[in-house]
Amino acid sequence: MSILVIAEHHNGQLADSTAHVVAAAQAIGGDIDILVAGDNAAGAAEAAAKLSGVAKVRTADDGVYAYQLAEPMAELIAGLAGDYSHVLAAASTHGKNVLPRVAALKDVAALSEVIGVESPDTFQRPIYAGNAIATVQSNDALKVLTVRTTAFDAVDATGSAGVEAISATVENTLSRFIGEELASSDRPELGSARVVVSGGRGMGNGENFTLLDGIADKLGAAIGASRAAVDAGFVPNDMQVGQTGKIVAPELYIAVGISGAIQHLAGMKDAKIIVAINKDDEAPIFQVADYGLVGDLFEVLPELESKL
Amino acid sequence: MKVLVAVKRVIDYNVKIRVKPDHSDVDLTNVKMAMNPFCEIAVEEAVRLKEKGVASEVVAVTIGPKAAQEQLRTALALGADRAIHVETDDKVESLTAAKLLKRVADDEQPGLTILGKQSIDTDNNQTGQMLAALAGMGQGTFASEVQVEDDEVQVTREVDGGLQTVALKLPAVITTDLRLNEPRYAKLPDIMKAKKKSIDVKSPDDMGVAVASSLSVLKVESPAERQGGTKVASVDELVDKLKNEAKVIA
Repeated sequence: MSILVIAEHHNGQLADSTAHVVAAAQAIGGDIDILVAGDNAAGAAEAAAKLSGVAKVRTADDGVYAYQLAEPMAELIAGLAGDYSHVLAAASTHGKNVLPRVAALKDVAALSEVIGVESPDTFQRPIYAGNAIATVQSNDALKVLTVRTTAFDAVDATGSAGVEAISATVENTLSRFIGEELASSDRPELGSARVVVSGGRGMGNGENFTLLDGIADKLGAAIGASRAAVDAGFVPNDMQVGQTGKIVAPELYIAVGISGAIQHLAGMKDAKIIVAINKDDEAPIFQVADYGLVGDLFEVLPELESKL
Repeated sequence: MKVLVAVKRVIDYNVKIRVKPDHSDVDLTNVKMAMNPFCEIAVEEAVRLKEKGVASEVVAVTIGPKAAQEQLRTALALGADRAIHVETDDKVESLTAAKLLKRVADDEQPGLTILGKQSIDTDNNQTGQMLAALAGMGQGTFASEVQVEDDEVQVTREVDGGLQTVALKLPAVITTDLRLNEPRYAKLPDIMKAKKKSIDVKSPDDMGVAVASSLSVLKVESPAERQGGTKVASVDELVDKLKNEAKVIA
């Protein structure tokens, strides 16, 4: 078996997610190559070559792969897929954008958000917002998978794989990049943070989310939100934790003013320790919380910040 | 420009699901069904494009059993002009759905095809991307803003860490994210009017697409239950527990 892992990178920096996807590839077993496609992505390729367990890094460096748009990326990957039994990427917005397109070009099924590997052709994935886990067998010669990164521990960076450039390029007449607005933050990324502090509808408005800042600063935490808080317009959607947002599995998850709808629980119930702060002692979040504190968040938060 | 909008009948998002005792699937017997929430956003966007004069006609399509016509009627009540029902009782995987939608798009020649980014039953998030691949079109997934200008559509996408805007050559495929719009409720007169709108019924056989899947579901289980429920009385107790019992903070 041979596995191609699609690296995710931004501005020459390899994303943390790639080391988790390599771990999933190791669970499948076989030779593991990484594809780094981009424009001036040598830095990311160098970092990818250090991931342990990687046989070689293949780089496609060309302007057409800038911002890794789905159309040229899928064409490139579909062209390489003949050499592999599996193609894997993180179940990020990037991986989910590109890999189903690859699968359709190869006329095979895709498996999304894989959380377990039973054998090279049998995988586990959550369905119905994580309220059921399906074990699915793929009979395709090529398996195309996106991997939930929190389900696989990252491999370390002690390897030294060779790097080889791919000369083939593709043309893209379908799409072009216009611009991006990325939240600039000193905080860790939501998906990989050790601690996450999230606010829900109980926060009342967007300004009150600043009450979470001090606590997040002290704990080195990322800040998230429930879908209710996003729907109410308090915070942007990229902060959303849940079935339709980000899936997190930090060591500590602090849910503030979040009732605990199943769609939110789907995004955080794999956290090691869950703390819930809510004034409604009947809130479903308390059923999954290791430590629940019933109280007014506007009193609890300043006190918590001062005592950390 | 014609807009094709795909909708799916799924379990209502408020229903708590149960796994069947034989672990073959989720039990959907007598469960309330509804239009997938992301599909509602797709219908709303298509209707708004028509109201703005960008779209000339909105065609809703679904793939599913006879009962899925309820969701088509909902789409018609929300403002779709007519509907197509690809009727099948078989389980349809994303790739097959994309192949069927491709046939519909070949017939209808829409400028834009709008789908929800994922359905809340299988949580796949694949069909739009697969349709775009099969049709050789550009794709704007996770859309939070859509603007048609001449022969292009600009799509702002909700990506990890922020927003990305791409321009796609028309025809193109768009999948909706949460904040694209807030779907309206159907008004009673519109629901009545929708009953008179036409639904064209086809079968996958007619369309030359085999409903097959290379995936087999071996079992479906409930996830491991979390043991929670412990309450603490004060912030001091909470901090103490986190430090000394859970040892997750220093």
